Amino acid sequence: MPHSLQVSTRSKRSRRSISKNGTLQLTDTYFKTNFGNHRLFSMAKKPLLEFTDKGIYCPAGKFYIDPWKPVDDAVITHAHADHAYFGNKHYLAHHFSKEVLLYRLGDIQLQTVAYGEKIMKNGVQVSLHPAGHVIGSAQVRMEYQGEVWVVSGDYKVEDDGISTPFEPVRCHHFISECTFGMPVYQWKPQAGIFNDIDSWWFSNQQHGLATVLVGYSLGKAQRILQNLDLNIGKVYTHGVIENTNEALRRNGLLLNPTERITADTLKEEVRKGIILAPPSSVGTPWMRKFQPYSFGYCSGWMAIRGAKRRRAADRGFVLSDHADWDGLISAIDATGCESVYLTHGYTATFARYLNEIGFDAHEVHTLYGDDEGAAPSDAAEEERSVQPTPEGKVSKRSEVKVSPSGEDSEGADAGEEPL
Amino acid sequence: MKSFARLFLLLDETNKTNEKVKVLKDYFNSVPDSDKMHMLALFAGRKPKRQINSTLVRNWAIEASNIPPWLFEESYHVVGDLAETMSLLMPQNTGSSSKMLTEWIAEINALGNKTEEEKKLWLLESWAMLDSSERFVFNKLLTGSFRVGVSQNLVIKALAEISKIDAPTLTHRIMGGWQPETYTYQQLIQEEGAADDISRPYPFFLAYPIQETSEKQKSADELKMSLGDEAQWQAEWKWDGIRAQMIKRSGKIFVWSRGEDLSTDKFPELHPFLNALPDGTVIDGELLSFTNGLPMPFNVLQTRIGRKNLNKKILEESPVAVIAYDCLEYNGEDIRYKTQTERRQILEQLHSATPFPDVFHISALIPFATWEELGTIREQSRAMIAEGIMLKRKSAAYQVGRKRGDWWKWKIDPLSVDAVMIYAQKGHGRRADLYTDYTFAVWDGDKLVPFAKAYSGLTDAEINKVDYFIKRNTLEKFGPVRTVKPELVFEIGFEGINRSTRHKSGIALRFPRILRWRHDKPKEEADTLDSLRALLGD
Repeated sequence: MPHSLQVSTRSKRSRRSISKNGTLQLTDTYFKTNFGNHRLFSMAKKPLLEFTDKGIYCPAGKFYIDPWKPVDDAVITHAHADHAYFGNKHYLAHHFSKEVLLYRLGDIQLQTVAYGEKIMKNGVQVSLHPAGHVIGSAQVRMEYQGEVWVVSGDYKVEDDGISTPFEPVRCHHFISECTFGMPVYQWKPQAGIFNDIDSWWFSNQQHGLATVLVGYSLGKAQRILQNLDLNIGKVYTHGVIENTNEALRRNGLLLNPTERITADTLKEEVRKGIILAPPSSVGTPWMRKFQPYSFGYCSGWMAIRGAKRRRAADRGFVLSDHADWDGLISAIDATGCESVYLTHGYTATFARYLNEIGFDAHEVHTLYGDDEGAAPSDAAEEERSVQPTPEGKVSKRSEVKVSPSGEDSEGADAGEEPL
Repeated sequence: MKSFARLFLLLDETNKTNEKVKVLKDYFNSVPDSDKMHMLALFAGRKPKRQINSTLVRNWAIEASNIPPWLFEESYHVVGDLAETMSLLMPQNTGSSSKMLTEWIAEINALGNKTEEEKKLWLLESWAMLDSSERFVFNKLLTGSFRVGVSQNLVIKALAEISKIDAPTLTHRIMGGWQPETYTYQQLIQEEGAADDISRPYPFFLAYPIQETSEKQKSADELKMSLGDEAQWQAEWKWDGIRAQMIKRSGKIFVWSRGEDLSTDKFPELHPFLNALPDGTVIDGELLSFTNGLPMPFNVLQTRIGRKNLNKKILEESPVAVIAYDCLEYNGEDIRYKTQTERRQILEQLHSATPFPDVFHISALIPFATWEELGTIREQSRAMIAEGIMLKRKSAAYQVGRKRGDWWKWKIDPLSVDAVMIYAQKGHGRRADLYTDYTFAVWDGDKLVPFAKAYSGLTDAEINKVDYFIKRNTLEKFGPVRTVKPELVFEIGFEGINRSTRHKSGIALRFPRILRWRHDKPKEEADTLDSLRALLGD
């Protein structure tokens, strides 16, 4: 029965009991993974996806997912710089990624689709499904001859109030990120975090301090914007964040009002509001001119005291657009997958743990992040940095270097806006 | 504990000195006096005694967290702090507790004579009623690794503002061997220090470096510019031993090292000379091993520092004597306000009167006419077994802590070799989850032999680049240690070099650190074991 989905519904308990019997497990997995239920004799058949030096490749469909070298046909999970590179002939992404991709990559040949919309590529059925990471972020589902593979891109399971919430997609093979695949990363519900941010902002206002809140310009900035208590004051934005906001508004998204900071902006007014700034603005003259200020950093890395101290932020807010430990495990479990492939984050540790609790997990090396190298490194961020031109278009795109991902991964547009 | 945990959080939330002082003042104003004293003891570096060994704490934390031990270890390497790792991994608390810091410390101290089962029960119950921020500071108390991001100076500053007692007096009053259980806040802040403990040392006066790094050599002209007339200064060798304060009061003697450890019993050779001092005398000096009236390198002294029992052999091989720098108290009077020259005269009187000249040496003054001449003399430091030269303004009082202006240390340039990084390990604290602790090797024929570990010397940006390299060039993993492809070359500086039977390379370095990253050198051009041996100089 072509196109029928045979999804394993075994619980973890039964997985574990199977793994006790080595032979049975091998036969069982091999059968499901490589033959499907009706192709017992096609032993030489290639897997639907391959991990190549250009990116994740689908040989049957002749397309790549988030390639880091130029290819003919690219399916893009989301518009962050380490997933959406310049130089591909054709791009496929979600509708909500359209304007941001055009803003970041310029004049590209781009096709956009809705979540769940089915597209055929050389016989492979491709559809995008909400990943909850940032606005327009998608998991890529591929179905071919009864077998289903899903590439997660980056994702989080909590509903952030602006990105379409993550939906688990049943599949045989799941390719997952694990940026925060360590048990020390456990997020609290965002409502509490935003209460903390609001009271910090209010208290700064009372003490005559400007409030600068740092987060990535696509995703984090809008998530903050939509969840702040705007009764406290106005929201001011750094140029690169406002450029992204404008792109999203062109895309038809309704964002709360913001005001771009320019040379004419009155500093005394800005002091009463909250300033949203990208990571690259930390420590720059642009930021220093708001002195005295209190500077907060929104990132999952803030969960660890050492990482927070490295950033020398006044306040670290543990707010991430990636799934935490429990989120990753529940998301993987919900796919009912037989095999999971971990692309970036703490891949070695997380794969070992998943195998111990009965999953069939594998580490794969992609350039989204090399082993646990996903932790933010300012050096890597600098390397990716490309200055936007005053018109807001990114110049010298071909020089964008391949670097590990993580939350810092969208440094490509994080340059300082000239005032 | 809630207010103590909150103090920690608030101190973490600001990098500004004034804010920190304010937070500290708010804390002092909101807690009972006994909590103030306990907090002061902790922030002044007095660790509570470890009542449960850390392996047990760790094992019970793993049990409470319900994860496999290997995953706990991996988490620890990511977090870089055991207390924090444990607090992050445990499930949410089910209850809460209003016990204050004093009560918690009393409970911890009472654990000493409990059985292992009782300790475990107490610990699991305690964890269950503390939220994650409380649990973090609680774990810090328990594991005795209490280091905080606030200097003692800031705590003293806050306390001075509240108590209206000046900071130097407070600093002095928290020196010595007091216990927060018996030393009360009222005693600390009373007008006259009548209840003063006879063992209490004075805060040490510490010198500022004349030059921050060896690359910025100071010329004679620059010294003239910044220090002025040579005649205003007294020069001495900077000895490399243990800085110590020796006290004789009311017929009793005390030896304090700079780390504020009471070490009287560790130096029995000094007892006759100290007992012979007049009552009411305090001397500041350096303890060194001596042979035939000459100081020996630090590594000789090092062999006896960590020992609990000093046997005859050690006392014979590494006999300790004092090189006295200063006199802080004479005839029971605090003379720190007197000038350097006046204090020196008193010290010389004491020295000339001692019946123990073999143990009581005095730091010789170096005569010099010009800064240029002194610079030449400084070149001989290493031969003198000294670290360089100390400059003290003749008119200066003996001050509290590290102060700019009147005392300067002019150290000699470190020795250095170019070495290849071969192993790396993740750091702790603000370097958590980054590879910052490296092992370096030099060539011995076609093999690389490890000879030193170094943790410091690179900028944050360099650390990030090295970390990036390590993660992509790992050859093998042994627990937390990675074998790295030998490629990166660094210049390693160190203060001294000695033979060692404990190290594979046969040598041991004093204070190794990274001077710079030699991007320009391929690994083949790193130094050899022979070039290191040549520096042994024997």
